[in-house]
Amino acid sequence: MGNLPSLRYFWPESILTVAVMAMFVQDLVVRRREHRVQSLTIGALFWLTLTALATYLYPSGTTPLFGGLIVHDPLRVFFAWIFLAAALLTILIVPKSKQVSDARVGEFFGLLFALMLGLYLMASATDLLMVYLAIEMVSLVSYVLTGFRRADRKANEAALKYVIYGGVASGVMLYGISILYGLFGTTRVVGDGGIGAQLADVSSRLFMAHAFGGQPAAQLALVVAVVFVLAGIGYKIASVPFHMWCPDVYEGAPTPFTAFLSVGPKAAGFAVAIRFFFAIFEKNVPGVGWVAVSDVPWPAIIGIISAITMTLGNFTALVQTNLKRLFAYSSIAHAGYLLMGLAAASAAGVQSILVYLMIYVLMNVGAFLVVISVSRATGGEHIADLNGLGTRAPIAALTLSIFLFSLTGIPPFAGFTGKYLIFAALVQKGGMWNVILAVIGVLNSAVSLFYYAKLIKAMYFEESRDDTPMPVPGLYTGILVSLGAMVMVLGIYWAPLLRWASAAFGGTTAT
Amino acid sequence: MNLQIDHPTTSMLLTWMTFLPLFGAVAVLGVVGLKAMGVLTREAADQAARVIALVASFVVLVLAFFLWRAFDPQNPNVQFVHHGNWIPAYNIQYFLGVDGLSITLVMLTALVSFIATIASMPWWPGNTHLDGHHFTQHGVAGYMAMLLILQTGMTGVFCSLDMFLFYVFWEVMLLPMYFLIGIWGGARKEYAAIKFFLYTLAGSVLMLLAIIGLYYNGPQEILDGRLVHTFNILKMAQWGRAGGYGAAPLVMGLSFIRVAWVALFIGFAIKIPMFPFHTWLPDAHVEAPTPISVILAGVLLKMGIYGILRINFAILPEATKWAAGAMAVFGTINIVYAAFVCLAQKDLKRMIAYSSVSHMGFCLLGMSAFTQQGIDGAVLNMWTHGLISPMLFLIVGVIYDRAHHRNIEGFGGLAQQVPEYAGLLGLAFFASLGLPGLCGFISEFTVFLGAFPQWQTLTIISATSVILTAAYYLWAMQRMMLGKLNPKYADMPDVNWRERLTLYPLAALIIVFGFYPKAIIDLIEGSLRNLILPLQ
Repeated sequence: MGNLPSLRYFWPESILTVAVMAMFVQDLVVRRREHRVQSLTIGALFWLTLTALATYLYPSGTTPLFGGLIVHDPLRVFFAWIFLAAALLTILIVPKSKQVSDARVGEFFGLLFALMLGLYLMASATDLLMVYLAIEMVSLVSYVLTGFRRADRKANEAALKYVIYGGVASGVMLYGISILYGLFGTTRVVGDGGIGAQLADVSSRLFMAHAFGGQPAAQLALVVAVVFVLAGIGYKIASVPFHMWCPDVYEGAPTPFTAFLSVGPKAAGFAVAIRFFFAIFEKNVPGVGWVAVSDVPWPAIIGIISAITMTLGNFTALVQTNLKRLFAYSSIAHAGYLLMGLAAASAAGVQSILVYLMIYVLMNVGAFLVVISVSRATGGEHIADLNGLGTRAPIAALTLSIFLFSLTGIPPFAGFTGKYLIFAALVQKGGMWNVILAVIGVLNSAVSLFYYAKLIKAMYFEESRDDTPMPVPGLYTGILVSLGAMVMVLGIYWAPLLRWASAAFGGTTAT
Repeated sequence: MNLQIDHPTTSMLLTWMTFLPLFGAVAVLGVVGLKAMGVLTREAADQAARVIALVASFVVLVLAFFLWRAFDPQNPNVQFVHHGNWIPAYNIQYFLGVDGLSITLVMLTALVSFIATIASMPWWPGNTHLDGHHFTQHGVAGYMAMLLILQTGMTGVFCSLDMFLFYVFWEVMLLPMYFLIGIWGGARKEYAAIKFFLYTLAGSVLMLLAIIGLYYNGPQEILDGRLVHTFNILKMAQWGRAGGYGAAPLVMGLSFIRVAWVALFIGFAIKIPMFPFHTWLPDAHVEAPTPISVILAGVLLKMGIYGILRINFAILPEATKWAAGAMAVFGTINIVYAAFVCLAQKDLKRMIAYSSVSHMGFCLLGMSAFTQQGIDGAVLNMWTHGLISPMLFLIVGVIYDRAHHRNIEGFGGLAQQVPEYAGLLGLAFFASLGLPGLCGFISEFTVFLGAFPQWQTLTIISATSVILTAAYYLWAMQRMMLGKLNPKYADMPDVNWRERLTLYPLAALIIVFGFYPKAIIDLIEGSLRNLILPLQ
């Protein structure tokens, strides 16, 4: 589809673009007003609602836009809702968090909308250059938001580390893209003449083999290119070996942004990964499902990364005492779990990722919200600061327990739903390596209980020095209770969520 | 084909029994809310929570009585079925029902939970020296809510006939147990709580994979025009008996049924607990407050044996035959090893915890013989141990509340000071060591009778434990009760009314089933006959 007709499918992105500018203008206008933060929050919510409305009114069906740079399909809509949920929670949390000064709330919201725009593009890019641009857009804004507290040395350190790692990762990715371009002569991944179509076409594969003087060389170049592209994706989702930035950035960034960072860009990274691997290396055969079109062992590569990522994340989390660092390693471990769904290389696997990501937004932002509540009252962000929370702030403690058990994957909480679907996808796919991966996965969830339970132990089993009730804003309590309720409901009745995910990818329900 | 036709809903009774405690827990939360709003004082809220817990678990006990009266022992199929769709995409069903195997355990759960709830009431009026530190005195509402959720989880495990539902209940039960040990437990409560949680979770996640494997290699049926697999335990059992799982692809070069069997068995063996996975149990028991020990020994340990019978035996009979020898050997190790460990214990509660390990070994030995007496004995042993071990832990609780220690050597001559207590302790000890006329004897004897034709050497080795058991119980009794009265305990009060309310019903049942075990055997025999038919 050409550029002008494509705009019809580009409403949310257009609104987000306007919103970025509108937030900065509003910030200037209300600068001297008394209810400045409130008015900015209402402004941000207004633009978010408008974006959500435009997302809701998206036409159905699959259409390539802007000459194939991005695609409009149900998958992108599903991810859009994940981003919207994360952004809504972040906007609600920021004003009372005491982490972003009142004078800069408008700036924060403006940058958040720019980040949202990048995420929307990441979730729909079908051209490697577009993928690269979208990832860079998300990264650049993330660097700024990470170093948002300019006076804080930790924030500066975090932002710098983030930039350096990000530069390396995206450079490597760009190199991988250039190899792919050299192999295929295009950066399109879908459509006629795209990389996927070329790989699926036997004669073109033969040509490629010929051009490199034999299949193995081309094969090797392709595998190398895949691994390089994976660097950019792995950096966004915080998987090994591109996870090192994660703990420092999580610790240094303002906590509401950490919460957003742990769900939004991670989800977008998975969107890119799903599109990239399924468009290039798999073909959807009606009645059979996804079949591989090349010999590239990408599920094995993903599987190995997944196993290392979750094991490293979980075992490192065991020794953390800072809550934000602990959740950083927990989020690395979760990237590993989610990659298992990708390693299954099936529609059921992708659906499990979608369901898990949606649930992960609820439980992880919920957990961070409790951390924010504690740190705004006590000023501390360590496990010991949770001591006695069970009596000091019973609702926050109860909901954090729900989120933690959910993160562990214990029924009847929603995290179990996600884990169950991932393991089911792996076992359904069968084969020795998938079973081994599933065993590593379940043992990892048992390990993760140990550090999640440390938090619960602090809240309920330890005595606090200070027994006075801890003030939690009513808004936070409301958000916590609704997130906790959703986590419980989705743990018991998840049929609609699964149906939605099935409609977003694969179209068929798992059996 | 509509699924409901196979086992149509006939009764909502089990749903009520399962979820009534949960409603009680919600009510307790409501009470907490009222307290937070300032409507109720702290004392009033505590009392209200206690009353809610008592009423809920009593109503369940009454319902269990009706269940027992209405159950048809002649019919070996599942009864009181409540069946509906839950998650259609994976054909997960809400499917509750009981047969001869589970009805005794459902009844046991109701009984033990009620007794544990009584045992969770404050010690006695006007008792000041406990001063808020006793587990009955702090965080009462939370305690009662956890106790009620635990009851829902336990009842649900025994009633579920859908494997997914079974797994959900199995895990749900872990959370309240973790908090009950961790918050209201003894000195090393954190360690014991997390050890219990980690052991059980490690086992159950492997179980989850095996369950998913059974699902994908299991029977298929048509639901809403789609061909789907099923989690229905009865259909899986049918499929397994017909050898359907034998066709499943190899897993890492090993036969699927054996891998699945072992994964499930480890999950259940941790719960039994079977040597070498038993080490969480003494810690959990020693640190848990008395009523929680009562539930732990009375109900939770039975879940392991129940799971093996319900899933391993019923669904994977071929692999069960293959593993029979190993089960018998591990059963024997449990019996004899734990009995020796008991001899060496100085802490009374730890000794009784190990004696539970020893007694659960009888179940393993009995059921691995695949004879009618053997398996009857195993299930009967769950029932008798479910009566005796709660009584033993209550007995320990009585002395701990008074002396604040459990060191066997630290007492002496208590029989003259607290004769009623001594009598009850004697009854419980004798029941546990298998004195004829008390119910422990019947189940042990039946197990030996059933196991001997199959495992002669192992049965003879196991039988030596009868002597060891007698030795450690009698020796402990001699050190605690006989001899010269320890002057420290010259003013020790005898059992009070709350304790009588918990001890005498159990004592009465121990005697009744010692003389009339037929009441239980009649209930279980039909279903168990069907269960071992493909194994013989």
